[in-house]
Amino acid sequence: MALLDVSDLTVTFQTNDGPVNAVNGLDFSVAEKESLAIVGESGSGKSQTAFAIMGLLARNGGATGRVSFDGTDLLSLSRRQLNKVRSNQIGMIFQDPMTSLNPYIRVSDQMAEVLQLHKGLSKKDAITQAVQMLDAVRIPDARARISMYPHEFSGGMRQRIMIAMALLCRPRLLIADEPTTALDVTVQAQIMKLLAEIREEFNTAVVLITHDLGIVADFCDRTLVLYGGQIMEEGPTGSIFADPSHPYTTGLLKAVPRLDRDTDSLQTIAGEPPDMSNLPRGCPFSPRCEIAREYCSTRKLSIEPLGDDRTRACHASPAEMKQELQNG
Amino acid sequence: MADPILSIRDVSVTFDVRPKGAWPWTPSLKLHAVSKLSVDLMPGETLGLVGESGSGKSTLARAVIGTIPHSGGQIIYEGRDLAQMTPQETRRHRRDVQMVFQDPLAALNPRMTVGDIIAEPLITHEPDTPRKEVKARVAAIMDKVGLLPNLINRYPHEFSGGQCQRIGIARALILKPKLLVCDEPVSALDVSVQAQVVNLLKDLQAEMGLSMIFIAHDLSVVKHISDRIMVMYLGCPMEVGPARAVTAMPRHPYTQALISSVPIPDPVLEAARERPVLEGDLPSPLSPPSGCVFRTRCPKAQPSCARARPAMEAAEPDRLVACPFQEAEKVLAEA
Repeated sequence: MALLDVSDLTVTFQTNDGPVNAVNGLDFSVAEKESLAIVGESGSGKSQTAFAIMGLLARNGGATGRVSFDGTDLLSLSRRQLNKVRSNQIGMIFQDPMTSLNPYIRVSDQMAEVLQLHKGLSKKDAITQAVQMLDAVRIPDARARISMYPHEFSGGMRQRIMIAMALLCRPRLLIADEPTTALDVTVQAQIMKLLAEIREEFNTAVVLITHDLGIVADFCDRTLVLYGGQIMEEGPTGSIFADPSHPYTTGLLKAVPRLDRDTDSLQTIAGEPPDMSNLPRGCPFSPRCEIAREYCSTRKLSIEPLGDDRTRACHASPAEMKQELQNG
Repeated sequence: MADPILSIRDVSVTFDVRPKGAWPWTPSLKLHAVSKLSVDLMPGETLGLVGESGSGKSTLARAVIGTIPHSGGQIIYEGRDLAQMTPQETRRHRRDVQMVFQDPLAALNPRMTVGDIIAEPLITHEPDTPRKEVKARVAAIMDKVGLLPNLINRYPHEFSGGQCQRIGIARALILKPKLLVCDEPVSALDVSVQAQVVNLLKDLQAEMGLSMIFIAHDLSVVKHISDRIMVMYLGCPMEVGPARAVTAMPRHPYTQALISSVPIPDPVLEAARERPVLEGDLPSPLSPPSGCVFRTRCPKAQPSCARARPAMEAAEPDRLVACPFQEAEKVLAEA
C-alpha cells in the first residue's frame, strides 16, 4: 500500500470574487521511501497541495477529497489528531527558512519544543537529541551553536536547521516546498546532497515541490507535472524527461536554458501563467498550447494511463502530439 | 579594434559598517564589496556577471550606473572618467546607461499608470518633447517589448510578473540607451516566462546595438545571453572569458565548483555525473581571507595562496584567470 494516497483533492478559496479552485481533483500516491517531484509554475497549485495535505490552508481555504496517510484520512482528522501526525509522521520544510523560524526564540528551544511535545522528552534530553540531529545535517560545532538565534546563521545553515527540525521525530514522509529556491547554487547543491543522504539514512519518503527541472532530474524517482491545479502528466522521472507526453512538459523542457548545450534562441511558451479565477472548462493549458484544438478549452480533460506506470491528461494522443509539435 | 564603451579599471567599492554595540567614536569597519576589479565592455557586447550572493555583482552594477560612488580606480564611460564628469556629461551618462531591476513589481510605482512610468525618463531628460510625440514614443516602445498599447492607462498591479518586467524594459529603453544594466532581470519569473524575457532582451540588443551587463545567479541563463562571462567571488574577479569557453572548459577552481553545482535537467546525465560539492559558506566580507579570497573553500588551496592575491593572468587569448594552479577542466559532459 502506498504511504500517501491522495485522491480527488480539490482546494477551494472563498474570495471576494467568489470561490476559486487552486487545486482541481488531484490524484497521486507516494510509496514508502519514494521521492516524488511536483513540478509547476506559480499558480499551478503545487504549494496549496502540500498545505492541504498538512492541514495548513489559509482560513478562507478548504480541501475536499481524500488524503490518506498510512490508511487514515488526514482531511477528516480533528486538529488535535492532526497534530499527532504532523511532524511525528510527516515533516515539512518551507521555502524561506528565515520566515519559518521564530526570530525571538533560540534554535535550541525551537527544536526542543518539537520533541517535548511529540515524544514527551525532558528538555535536557530533547536538546541532546537536537544537537545530534544538527550534527547529522552537518552544522559544524552544533553543541555551541544550538543556543544561537536564527538570524545568526546564514541562509544555507538556516535551511539545514529547518531540515533537522523536520527530521527530529523521524517522520516517514518529508514534504519539501521549494527548499532551495532562496539559496545560491553552491548551497543548493549542499542541501540537495544532504537531503539525498538523509533519505538513505532515515528511509524517508520525500515529496519535493519545485520549479527547477534540474533538481528534479537529479533527485526524484517520479515526477508529477501540474498546471492550473490539474495533473498534466505523471510518471518515472527518467521516462518523462526522455519522452514527455504532454505539450506543456515538452515546452517546459525546451524553455530552460541548459549549461551543457549551445542554443541561439530559447523556445518559449506563449502567454502568461493561468488566472485561476478564470480557467477554461476544458484543459487549463489550452490557451497557451501550440497544438490546441477548438474543443480543448471546453471538453473536460480526463487522465489516461500511458504504458504501465505513466498517466497523462491531453486531448491529443501522444502520437498526434508529437507529429503536430514537430510540424508546428 | 573599437574603443570599449565602458572601461572598469582597478575599481574598488567600500562601505562603512558600524559593528554591533560599538562606541560612537570607534572608527567604522570597511566592507570591501568590490575590490580592484578591471574589465572592459565593447559596444554591442554582453558581459555576464556570475557569483554567489555577496560576491559584489550588484554593487559593481550600481557603481557603473553611478548610484554608488567607487572608492578607488576608474570607471570610464566613453572615454570619460565617471568621477570627473561635468554636470552635462553626467546627464548624458545617466541617459545612456539604463537599468532593469530584479523584482519587476517593486521597481514600478504602484500609483503611476504604465504610460506615465514608461514616459517618465523621456520627460525628465527631454522636457521639451511635445505630448503627442511622448505618447507616440511610449506606444512604439510598448509595441516593441510586446505590450499591447491599449494597456497604457492600467496600473502595475494589473499585470503579471512577466508583463511588469516588460514594462521595466520599456522604461529603460525609451531613451535609446547605449548600455543596459540588467540586475537579475529574470530571477523572479516563471520558467516559461523567463524564456520569453531572455529572448526579448536578446532581440532588442541585436536590434538596437545595445551593450549589456547581465547579472544573474543562474549560470545557464547568463551563459545563454552573454558573449563574455566574469565570475566573481567576494568582490574579486576569478575568471573572465568567452561565455561558451568558460562554461565548457572552466579554468578557475571556483568556476569549476559553480558549474558542477548546477543541476542539468536530464536524469541520464545527472546519474552519470560526478558532482563535487563546494563546502561551507561565503566568508564575511568584513574580514576576507588574506591572499586569494577563495582559498578557504578551494579544493586546490596551497599554503602559498594565503600570501598574496593572485593577479588575473592570461591563460589563453581573451581569457584571464586569477589562480596560479588553474588548469582547464571539462566539468560537464557533452549533451
